[in-house]
Formats: sequence, structure tokens, C-alpha cells
Amino acid sequence: MPSHPSMRLTRRTALLGLTAAVSLGRHAMAVGHAQTDQRCVVVILRGALDGMSAVVPYGDPALAQWRAELLPGAVGTEGGMRDLGGFYGLHPALANLHTLYKAGELLPVHAVAGPTRVRSHFEAQDYLEFGIDHQMTSGWLNRVASVLPQPQSASQTALSVGVTVPILLRGPALVGSFVPKGYGEASPDLYARIAALHAHDNITGPALAMAMQERHFTDATLMQADKGRNQGAFQMLCADAGRLLAAEDGPRLAALEIGGWDTHTAQKNRLNQPLKQLDDGMAALKAAMGAAWSKTSVLAMTEFGRTVRVNGTGGTDHGTGTVAFVLGGAVRGGRVQANWPGLSQANLFEYRDLQPTADLRGVAKGLLAQQFGLDAAALAQVFPESHQIAAMPGLLRA
Amino acid sequence: MDIQANHALIRFGLGRKGTEPLPSDPQSWLAAQLDGPDHALDTPGASAQDGLAALQEMRQDKTLRGRESPAAVIFKAERDALFSRLLTSDAPFRERLVLFWYNHFTVSLKRGECTAVVNAFIREAIRPHVTGRFSDMAMAVMRHPAMLLYLDNAQSIGPNSPVGLRLHKGLNENLARECLELHTVTPSAGYTQSDVTNFAKLLTGWSLELKTPPRGFRFRPMAHEPDGQVVLGQHFPPGEPGGASAIGWLAQHPATYRNLAVKLVRHFVADDPPTAAVQRIAAVLTRTHGDLKAASLELTRLPEAWQPLSKIRSPVDYVLAVLRAADLPPDKQPPDVFGLIANLGQPLFAAPLPNGWPDTASEWAGSEALLRRVDWVHGFVGRLGGADAMQIADATLGPLLSDSTKREIGRAGSRQDALTLLFASPEFLRR
Repeated sequence: MPSHPSMRLTRRTALLGLTAAVSLGRHAMAVGHAQTDQRCVVVILRGALDGMSAVVPYGDPALAQWRAELLPGAVGTEGGMRDLGGFYGLHPALANLHTLYKAGELLPVHAVAGPTRVRSHFEAQDYLEFGIDHQMTSGWLNRVASVLPQPQSASQTALSVGVTVPILLRGPALVGSFVPKGYGEASPDLYARIAALHAHDNITGPALAMAMQERHFTDATLMQADKGRNQGAFQMLCADAGRLLAAEDGPRLAALEIGGWDTHTAQKNRLNQPLKQLDDGMAALKAAMGAAWSKTSVLAMTEFGRTVRVNGTGGTDHGTGTVAFVLGGAVRGGRVQANWPGLSQANLFEYRDLQPTADLRGVAKGLLAQQFGLDAAALAQVFPESHQIAAMPGLLRA
Repeated sequence: MDIQANHALIRFGLGRKGTEPLPSDPQSWLAAQLDGPDHALDTPGASAQDGLAALQEMRQDKTLRGRESPAAVIFKAERDALFSRLLTSDAPFRERLVLFWYNHFTVSLKRGECTAVVNAFIREAIRPHVTGRFSDMAMAVMRHPAMLLYLDNAQSIGPNSPVGLRLHKGLNENLARECLELHTVTPSAGYTQSDVTNFAKLLTGWSLELKTPPRGFRFRPMAHEPDGQVVLGQHFPPGEPGGASAIGWLAQHPATYRNLAVKLVRHFVADDPPTAAVQRIAAVLTRTHGDLKAASLELTRLPEAWQPLSKIRSPVDYVLAVLRAADLPPDKQPPDVFGLIANLGQPLFAAPLPNGWPDTASEWAGSEALLRRVDWVHGFVGRLGGADAMQIADATLGPLLSDSTKREIGRAGSRQDALTLLFASPEFLRR
């Protein structure tokens, strides 16, 4: 067992937009030592990432009519999108991911959605993690740990558990969790929402407005993409997770989460920060994993997408189809996987959202089948009641 | 559901505990809590005698050989028991009154020895009289070792008493002054320095026995000023009965009833107490000769008490309300809740001065103070797992939940954010 990485998120770091926890599957770690040297990491993007801002389908002729004001600069322009093969462009904040793309290690999967069509964050996140459209007693990544063959020497001791393990990893297979100090401190955006709730209160309104200033949560800092110190925390977290995963006897499954995606207002500016954090985090993970990166796949997924149309406040509301990122040294990337549904009015889901053409469970099944050799029976245990959803083939290098 | 049920639980109680049944008739629910004796007294606890024995033990063995001081042991056990009672009580109006009267007769840990006896003070001097007469409570307070220690009267010596003449020691008028200024008539009664001095003389010899059992209040005739005294124009004879009758007379003074009425209305109704409401409470106190149960019931009948909630919850009240709303099992309570409450600005039992904790929004709704509540509550709700913010909002606020808060809860990006928005909302901060 490697020693715990020591993490100290400064208060300011945590306040400026990062909530992150990494939970490491101890059980799976023992499995890995005995049975596999493959690593699988799941990153939950909590709050609903606007997939069409992260991977922009600029080749779709209807795109600009819905959301011109949200679009980054054109491919090839200064600070513009980075091209992904002629139809899609990667958001300019995702520089490291573009490097992975060029190295053939990034595979965006577009127009995907989870098991349900609800537009409640909480329900959708739950079902995304349960891996089914109703409540269960375990999350699907925990069930992966259960179906992988267990070595005799598997230790049952949990790591220190400070906060709740995400549903994704809850269940009968024991998992440990590692929680950096500062977990869960509120984002400046949340403080801003609270201050707005109080705006018309003659007692608390002025006090909270002043408090926001005292903590330098001005409109400017809320909107600004990155100002140094706040950027590092998710990156550090990924680096720590990477070091644990890289170890010979380290865990083989891990889950991380990052928030900040719920961009109902001023989305164009506000998305820069979480995208940059995700981008830096993935680069740090790769760097920390060293040689083990070649045996690694990462699935970054979100509970649903956002409306195709821009709303009245420069943002987007809860939608359906979105993008997922598959990346890692084991990934057959350098391309975008999508059965693009098109953005004409008739093609939209309920006349408002990107129509999903792939199920995230199919993506996960494809990874698990190829990486861990899970057969149909094992995949049915991981994702019950999903026989009609085929494992997506060819996600990893042969 | 009638808005008055949630309203009563907040204005007169400690916030709804989970989904405990809402009272169908809030007035009778409040009144029933004041019937009979305080059930908190059914549970045994450390007495003032126990506390004084602990103090004596510490005086004899200052090193303690590395163990925790016996006073601290008593204090922690009693503090934990009180906090747990506040979290679970089904007579929250009565508990609010206990806290109110304790704050009125503040005894603070700022005086170290009070650690050993502050909870005994609440149990012995406050609780038995919350639904009794104010003059009885005042008497119990003035004779209690905690108050005699806190405001130095244990050491006050009549300059013309045998002890005073022999040791050339004299008055400490701290307790006499605060009793006049804070506990009873207030400066509005127009007392002078000589009234303070004379009252202090009447109270000389009101001391305590620490060394040998039975430990507790002791009138020491040898330290008592021998002559009778005039306080506010009223003559009182010397001796222990003279001090007692002065306290009784002050406790029933019209200026005292006005003071109590203002404080009760400010605490339970509005920072700026409406004149009519104050007059009503003062009239009840006058008519009933200081019957605190009658005055408390009258508070619940004030039309002003059923106007929209305008007061800001104090830190203690706020933390209790959050914890009661979250309704966690006892073993899941947050660690170091007392450190938290101190960080929010209201360390338990440790008011800085004898006038106790303030009771107005301007004292509690400072910018940093409010942000600290948000900081804490955000971290705290992260521990609540799958708790549903809308369900908790419906339970704890019911119809008091505003549309804007409801909308923000609905739009929150995580359960944690949703719960934070609820507990940081303007209406949840109110009482």
C-alpha cells in the first residue's frame, strides 16, 4: 500500500471553484495486483457539461442559429477552437486534451446520454452512477470490482473515509476513499447565488454583498477564467490519484469528480475555468502515471447535456445529449466517435436538446469488455437490464 | 398546512426536528410546554455542591498530575447533556425560555471558576423558575454560587463588619450594580451611586462555603455591614433578610417589569420591540406580580408575534436549527460543534460581559459572521449524503419557503449546493 499523498488545498483554492474528491477502490487495487495491470478511471463532471461547447460541432450548419453567442473563435484563429478532424472543434481551454488527441490518446464520444431522460441533476447523477434508470444498492464501478476475479490476499481494510463515497463506488465490494482537506468548500458561484437570494433583504442583503467584496468575490473574479492559485487543486488531486494508480500494488479502479458545469448564466466565460481544471487535471494524471498510462483508460462523463439554444442570461438550461471523453494510453483515439444526429429543429430531442444517439452504458461496457475482458454475463451484472445496449467496439487499441 | 405551525416552531422553538409532527393548534402546543415542572430536572446532573467540591480539589492540588481538571470534566458532561437536550427537546419553547433567562442572568466562563458551576446554575437557579415568579428566580440567582463567584460578591466585605474592621477590607459592588442595572430596574429607575453602594452593603456576607460540606451559599454575619440601608428611597434592615427583601422589592419594581417586557418582546418578537406589545407584557407582569408563565403565554398571544419572522437567528439558534432540520442520528453529529459555535461568534456559556449576548440583527448579521455560517453549512451538508433539499425545506420551512429560494434549490448543481442554498436562505436565517 503506498503512503497517502498528503494534500493541502488552500482555502482560497477550494473556494475558487473546485470541489473534488477521489475515491480509490481498495478491493480493485488488490485485484489489479493479482489479475490485471489495467487501470480504469472514471471522472464525474457534476452539474451537466455543455457538450457542444467542449466539443463544438462547427460543421453542423444549424449550430450558429441556436447559439452564436456561445461559440468560441473559429478553428485556425487566435485563441480559437482546435480542430478535431474537420467537423468538430475542441474548446480552446482544452489544450492538453488536444495534445492527447494528436497523440491518438483522446476519443471524444458525442451525442451520448445516461440511462434516463430526467432533467434533475440529482436524479440524473444518481442513475448515471447506479448505471440504470432506478435505485439500486450499488454503483456500477463497484460492481466492476465485484465481477473482477479476486485474489486470495485481498485486503479488506478501508482507507480513511471522510465523506460519503460516491454512489458510483458504493456497494458490496469494499472501497477506500481519500479525501483531501478542504473538500466541499463552496464555489464562488454558489456564494454569488446566495448573495443574490439576499439581494432584496434589508438586513442580510447589504451584509452579504459586503462579505462578497471582502472575500474578493467580485463579478470580475467570478467571470475570470483563471487567476493562478485557484487552478491547481484538481490538478494536484489528479496527480495524487495518478501516483496511487501507478504503483505496482496500487488500485486499478478510481473515481474522481469535479463540479462547476452548471452554467445557467454567462456560460461563455464561466466554462473556461472548469474546462481548464479538467484539462490540467488530465495532463497531471498522465504525467503521474508514467509507464502505467499505456494501460489506462479514463472515462469523463456528465449527467446530461444542456439546451441547444442559449437562454435569456447568456447560459443554457438542463438538456439531454452531451459529450463524454475517453482518454488514456490504452485508448484508440485521435478521432471523434459519434452518430451525429444533426441540429435542425426536427432533429432535436423534444425540440430543445441534442438528441442522444449513444448510451453511456455502451461506452462503459466497451471499455470494460476490452480492457478487463469482461464477458456478456459479467457486463450484465455491471449494467443490469441493458441487454439491448451493445458494448461500443474499438474504443481501445487492440 | 397552516403557516402558523412552522412559524411557531421557529419563533418560539428551536426549529422543526426532521419531520416531527406539526402542532395542529400552535397556541395550545406552546402553552402545554409550560405546564408542570421542567422535565429536564428529572435527569440527574452535577450540582453546585459537586462543582464547588471540584474547585476545592483543584485548589488543593494545582498540578492535577496531568489529568483533566475535575471542573472541566463536570462542565463537558453537563454541556453535552444540555446540547443534546436542545437538539431533541419536544418542549423547545421552554428551552428557549431557559436560554433567555440564563442570558438575562448571565454567568460566563470568562470567570474561570464558573466552569464548575455554570450548568448547575441553569439547573438550580433558572429552570425551576422559568414558569414561576421572577422574584423567586432573582433570589435563587443571587444566592447561587455561580453568580456569587462570577460577580465577586463572595469576596465583598462590609467595611464596618468585624472582618472588615480587622482586615481593612471592603465592598465589591459588582453584583449589586449589575443587579440594579441589568437584572432588575435598569438606569431608567434613576438610581444613584449611593443606591448601588447601599445595596452592595446589604449584600455583604452573601458568600459561599467551598472548603467543607455542605458546600454552597453561606451568609457570613461577620462580613456583613451592620446597619440598615436605603435603596431607591426604600429602607431595608441589616442581616440576611434585609438583602433578601431588597432583592424581592427590586424584582417587583415597575421599572423591572418594563425591562423584562422589553427584553422578552425583543427576543421573541422584534429587534425594535413594538410599544403596544411591551405594554401588554409589562401589564401582565404587574398584574400577576411577576408570573413568568403568564408573561410567556401572553407573548404567544401577541398579534405582533404572528407577523412575518424578522429577527436573525443567533449562531446557537442557527446551528441548532440546522442540526434539528438535518435530524441526524446521535452518532452522526458533526465533530466539535462547540468550536463551530464559537467560530460563529457565540461561544456557549462564554458571553464576554454580564449583559449577556445581544439580541438584535445588527449584532449577528455582520458580513463575515454570515459568510462563516455559509462556509460551515456547506461543509456540513456535504456529510448528509443523499438528503433531499426540497424535502428538508418543506419540512423545516413549509409555507415559509420563498419562491426564489425554491427556484434556486431546484437549479442547484448538486445536493450539497441545494442544501447550502436552503440553509443560507434569508428565510432560514430568520426566527
